[in-house]
Amino acid sequence: MSELQRKLLMAMQEGLPIISRPYREIGDRIGMSEEETIRVLGDYLNQGLIKRLGVVVRHHELGFCDNAMVVWDVPDERVDEVGEWLGKQHGVTLVYRRPRRPPHWPYNLFCMIHGRSRGAVRERIDALTLTHTLAEIPHAVLFSRRRFKQRGARYVFVDAKGESAGA
Amino acid sequence: MLDPVDRAVVNLLQDGITVCDRPFAVAGAKLGLDEEDVIARVRGMLDSGVLTRFGPMFDAERLGGAFTLCAMRVPRNRFEEVTQIVNGFDEVAHNYEREHPLNMWFVIGVDSPARITETIDAIEHATGLDVVNLPKLEEFYVGLKLEA
Repeated sequence: MSELQRKLLMAMQEGLPIISRPYREIGDRIGMSEEETIRVLGDYLNQGLIKRLGVVVRHHELGFCDNAMVVWDVPDERVDEVGEWLGKQHGVTLVYRRPRRPPHWPYNLFCMIHGRSRGAVRERIDALTLTHTLAEIPHAVLFSRRRFKQRGARYVFVDAKGESAGA
Repeated sequence: MLDPVDRAVVNLLQDGITVCDRPFAVAGAKLGLDEEDVIARVRGMLDSGVLTRFGPMFDAERLGGAFTLCAMRVPRNRFEEVTQIVNGFDEVAHNYEREHPLNMWFVIGVDSPARITETIDAIEHATGLDVVNLPKLEEFYVGLKLEA
């Protein structure tokens, strides 16, 4: 990655200026033309280096007051099938496979379920556990009690001096 | 409170904006709003804290970044103290108290895989508690969009 590309990513990490021509402003900060800035960012989106360019919401302020992490102990040979299926279910926002840590943590498939109330989240989980796919699979529900920190998805890049910046 | 127009703006902009010279005008055209209205509403929601940020979601791993989910079993009488310590680390992105014997769950986000281990060691040292490291092995679905 060139120095200019790195500068562009760092400038974008601060957030897009909310003005009529945001890419001209971003380009001005790093010495890139508006046209070039738009072209490079478009390439990053096409390549998937930037997954999405948009707003990041605060769940709580949008009324999604409760969330649960639901974890499943899926037989290894079924984890791909169950993971793909779970990602298509209503109300499920993230699905990851993670390692088991026996003996205290037998679960290998994690998902998040957000809802406007604990009852709504509970209903979604109950519906999932009744499905043919998940009925026999041991699980645990970890409701959130308090949120201490949500700094949003900011990443760290190495700046021009080779030191870590941002985060 | 968000009015119906705010909600429409949030729902559209969670999907992402077009990379073009006047992205808010393009968003406005889809919503039947002027560019100035879209800008004013986005600014308003950033100011009020409904939106945290308007920017890119990077594929951080491809940029050399590293993330992991960690859990700790924190004794009740130490919970506030340990929260202060863990949140004091810049490397900690989110931290939730959850209802389980493993009652503290946080995400570490750093610029290299090596720093994950360093950070976990530092947190264990600072708290005197074990950290269970649960890195992502496979991603099946990431749908961060929530209907406003």
